[in-house]
Amino acid sequence: MSAAPEATPLLEVRGLAMHFPITEGIVMSRKVGDVKAVDGVDFTINRGETLGLVGESGCGKTTTGRCILRLERPTAGQILFDGKDLSRLGRRDLVAMRRRVQVIFQDPYSSLNPRMKVGDIIAEPIRVHGIERDAGRRTERVRELLSTCGLDPKFADRYPHEMSGGQRQRVGIARALALDPEFIVCDEAVSALDVSIQAQVVNLLEDLRERFGLTYLFIAHDLSVVRHLCQRVAVMYLGRIVEMAAVDELFDNPLHPYTQALLAAVPIPDPRVEATRDFRPTMGEVPSPINPPSGCVFHPRCPIAVENCSRTRPTLRELRPGHWVACSEAR
Amino acid sequence: MPPLLEVKGLHTEFRTGAGLVRAVDGISYTVEHGETVAIVGESGSGKSVGALSILRLIPNPPGQITAGEILFDGRDLRGLPESEMREIRGRDIGMVFQEPMTSLNPVLTIGRQITEVLEQHQAADRAASEGRALELLELVGIADAARRLRQYPHQLSGGMRQRVMIAIALACNPKLIIADEPTTALDVTIQAQILELMKSLTVRLNVALIIITHNLGVVARYARRVNVMYAGRIVESGSADAIYHDPRHPYTIALLRSVPRLDQPRKARLDPVDGQPPDLTRLDGGCAFRPRCRFAIDKCAEARPPLAAIGDPGHYSACFRSAELVAARDVAA
Repeated sequence: MSAAPEATPLLEVRGLAMHFPITEGIVMSRKVGDVKAVDGVDFTINRGETLGLVGESGCGKTTTGRCILRLERPTAGQILFDGKDLSRLGRRDLVAMRRRVQVIFQDPYSSLNPRMKVGDIIAEPIRVHGIERDAGRRTERVRELLSTCGLDPKFADRYPHEMSGGQRQRVGIARALALDPEFIVCDEAVSALDVSIQAQVVNLLEDLRERFGLTYLFIAHDLSVVRHLCQRVAVMYLGRIVEMAAVDELFDNPLHPYTQALLAAVPIPDPRVEATRDFRPTMGEVPSPINPPSGCVFHPRCPIAVENCSRTRPTLRELRPGHWVACSEAR
Repeated sequence: MPPLLEVKGLHTEFRTGAGLVRAVDGISYTVEHGETVAIVGESGSGKSVGALSILRLIPNPPGQITAGEILFDGRDLRGLPESEMREIRGRDIGMVFQEPMTSLNPVLTIGRQITEVLEQHQAADRAASEGRALELLELVGIADAARRLRQYPHQLSGGMRQRVMIAIALACNPKLIIADEPTTALDVTIQAQILELMKSLTVRLNVALIIITHNLGVVARYARRVNVMYAGRIVESGSADAIYHDPRHPYTIALLRSVPRLDQPRKARLDPVDGQPPDLTRLDGGCAFRPRCRFAIDKCAEARPPLAAIGDPGHYSACFRSAELVAARDVAA
């Protein structure tokens, strides 16, 4: 919707919803409600673009990523990848699709099998998809992937526990690249890393994007990293996108009160800047997605809410070119 | 008035399968009454072990405090018998940990966990301690406090649990609170609420605060003085303003330059700290930051540089070249 005329969307998400049933009882199990983790989300990602998906825990950003990867089967909506609806693919097509769509997880400790050598971890997707049946050439490919990700090819013979967090995350990235994907879901890919290592991995992700023409969905809660890495950003709150715009537009001119609250909450690493900021934290906490507030989901915490906000759910409106906001009071 | 806390030459070691780890390798610092001091460092820098050592909460084996003095309010905590140490923990020194779910007891009500502290340390009776518990929950901004007292930790949100931890830490009117990554597990907007709460309460009740964190923004917003740790040592120490605007240790400079900032124009590329974090079992006699340092010289391999005064009074850096780093920093910026 906000795509420039010449840009072609690689991924198009329409009306995506993911509701997890809540059941009671063990023998006579019955459904008593739904966790509306994702509740009607639309966005597109163009080829070569990085879309940032930000929000606090429980906002549905990770579930959105998992639906795109088909690690969850969405309750409703379409996920068009290169024109094909991923939410309806059968097993065989799904396997083929997974060569093109890969993932980098948050925790480089739990996402690598501790009993496998690094080389085998990276070779596994190549083997599973039957891309390179020759073991010698597979080893060669692993060595190449390791050095692409800034690791010594000798690391192929090591186990994950022999490596630092930053090095392990590079292994996770090498594994994601093993099948030459077009699209990678980066789910909090740098959040668990130490400050001094984060910037290294961010730079690596940028280099790889350029070198291999990758498209990223970058899911994160760290707004400063998102601002650095993404071209467009969508802000989620309680299962819905509340604001979406090009990165500079969103950070320079946030229009949704929730985005404004998020930005104000981020402390700037400079005591002189902090001393001049008039800071009042946003009241209240994120409500439960089991029983979300009526109308606009943010209205109980919103400083500019009016009476109607508790009644009508605002839809995304394009207030400025390419800048979409779901708030009836935003101008 | 002497400082509230004075840590002198503290060493804490762990015997591990991989070898001896000097997690805290001779750190010294002071905390004045009512002051907020930040300890900044990455994982493995020794920032948490240093704080747990003050409370003598190091599991032995494998850990052991091998040297140093911990003078708190005029007494050396290292020499105290365990029974007296138990009195100090929770009464004179409160603690707030990172993960409120694992530091609260899941099978006791919130109310019981607060009254337990009061009964232990102040020999308060049931009625008095229940009244105080209610007062504390209101103090930390928990609405509907009377109902919350009867609830269990799993019924509370992460932010609310951390408020309960703060209430417990404040229960006996401590002189010092040690907060180890108090907001790392929380969301941005909740993090801001909790930090504001801690700041306003410590000022109002004149409690000193040691805040341990890896978040440079949190330090800038809340601390007056900062100690930067790397590989078990304090490598730079000074006022927050000096650390952020006149950093004199290459690690501090590199760290500050590696984080993207929302208040500055976007850079084409981030400028990371090179290399990997140090392996504490393989440190040699030289500066531990040397392999990652852009300013390293031959001398850095020969000895670990001591903390030395530099720049404004109260500013210290452990680098042989800290005097030259003014120019280097300007070039860097």
